[in-house]
Amino acid sequence: MIDAATIRKDFPLLERRYGDTPLVYLDSAATTQKPNSVIDAISTYYRETNANVHRGAYRLADEATTAYESARTKVAGLINARSSSEVIFTRGTTAALNLLALRWADHLLSEGDRILLTLMEHHSNIVPWQLVAQRTGAELVYLDITPDFAIDLDRLDEVLDERVKIATVSGMSNVMGTIGPVDEITKAARAVGASVIVDGAQLVPHMPVDVQALDVDFLTFSAHKMLGPTGIGALWGRGELLDAMEPLEGGGEMITDVGLYESRWAPIPHKFEAGTPPIAQAVGFGAAVDYLVDLGMDDVRAHELDITAYALDRLAEVPDLTVYGPQDPARRGGAVSFELADIHAHDLATILDEEQGVAVRAGHHCAKPLMRHLEVPATARASFYVYTVPEDIDALVIGLMRAREIFGIA
Amino acid sequence: MSLQELYREVILDHYRNPRHRGHLPSPDVHAEGENPSCGDEFSLDLDVDGQTVAAIATQGQGCSISQASGSMMAEAVVGKSLDEIHELTSRFKRMMSIEEGESPVDEERPGSVLGDLEALQGVRRFPVRIKCADLPWTTLEDAIRRVEQGSEVLP
Ligand SMILES: Cc1ncc(COP(=O)(O)O)c(C=O)c1O
Repeated sequence: MIDAATIRKDFPLLERRYGDTPLVYLDSAATTQKPNSVIDAISTYYRETNANVHRGAYRLADEATTAYESARTKVAGLINARSSSEVIFTRGTTAALNLLALRWADHLLSEGDRILLTLMEHHSNIVPWQLVAQRTGAELVYLDITPDFAIDLDRLDEVLDERVKIATVSGMSNVMGTIGPVDEITKAARAVGASVIVDGAQLVPHMPVDVQALDVDFLTFSAHKMLGPTGIGALWGRGELLDAMEPLEGGGEMITDVGLYESRWAPIPHKFEAGTPPIAQAVGFGAAVDYLVDLGMDDVRAHELDITAYALDRLAEVPDLTVYGPQDPARRGGAVSFELADIHAHDLATILDEEQGVAVRAGHHCAKPLMRHLEVPATARASFYVYTVPEDIDALVIGLMRAREIFGIA
Repeated sequence: MSLQELYREVILDHYRNPRHRGHLPSPDVHAEGENPSCGDEFSLDLDVDGQTVAAIATQGQGCSISQASGSMMAEAVVGKSLDEIHELTSRFKRMMSIEEGESPVDEERPGSVLGDLEALQGVRRFPVRIKCADLPWTTLEDAIRRVEQGSEVLP
């Protein structure tokens, strides 16, 4: 079992104060804080190992290459990929989804084909597909949300016919916390021959993920949402599909031979990693994966269930508070969106920050179609991770009661 | 200034009972504003009679600061000439430190210079929120500019 109070000591930023008020960080769905082991890995890399990768004949360059490639092996291990060559380092989830849109979807789709999405997608899993639709003439179709904040699967059979070539779904909503029905959608998609993409930006940090057991085709995630640095993330894909895709960018590192008029591509993953990659970030990503694997992803999930159940219980004590997400912790992750009486989310965020040092996000959370569906222009969102303790939730609740007072709500 | 004071009665009153809400039947000019980063929206209709704002109606949704600022602004501009509105806008922006220059507010006599609008001064302490207070005013400036360019005033 995770002891979050002990774990916190590994995270220097969590010791921050605003004057006398300790920082209460409840915005981990946006980005997580980093443990010393990650910060040290990056700094040690620059102090002791820094060199460009893959092209030096000297020992330091070899060490840098090993550090970079061993990060890939760690990431591949975390998601149980068949081979580390199936893990491509990208700038993050957004870049990975755009790579798929440009090189998988554009090639696969034509007029009249369909892409299946859900109404709970993040803008980064919507806009790239709108661009695909514009380029190819394909159409987007969305699965609805039920009144209890799940994806509505009743219409799945009706919507999923041979015209659907790609289904792309969030593994976990960054707004409602809802766990996406990846299994159901994958089974149905397989039956009509559609390929399946999972936006794992929230899923991979919070739950054990096994890509072989999931049987999906592609998975995307970002290091910064799982204790790692910004500027790096991963696209995992089935080897044979990645092999069949054209590279996105041309340049150094991604070739085996370059002639005057044509070149030969390097095998995956390097085919998709043109130019000098974010080496230190990869090393930090690897250290983050080490940290999570040490904790154990089952325990990470167990802690999230506990802290989310506690948060939902405590929030239920606040009068006039509406939670936009499942009440059952088993169906959700630790991102909790809510509204309090007629207090706008921005006002709430300012009051929580000022009165209790509580950092929450306020707004549309890059999910405008979902917000329109829920008929709320903005929500406040508290989100948790391995270092979140019940005292953080208590501070949130005190702040919410204070907001009621300030707004003169009896 | 505490938060309690910031959100003191005046702001909450304008937030919950915004003045001049709605639409004008056939406005001389309509302008829309939005803060894309936080989603606050504010728009307004104006009737301009010669050089005077004869009527204003506002629409929008967002936080208490943006919507109260818009309500107070609407109250302050009806019946004012375009020149007076320029002066008022400049005073407001100086009070909020949005523009360079000394705040026109008389600390000794609260409310004597800019009326209810002075309740928004406290927002200066929350830099991320200043743009909320400013949204209705940039929308108004856009509307007035179009009136002055003559493009929107109907005969
Ligand atoms: C569900 C989901 N998808 C995609 C993204 C985009 O991730 P990134 O900004 O790291 O590319 C996020 C991050 O906000 C997210 O929560």
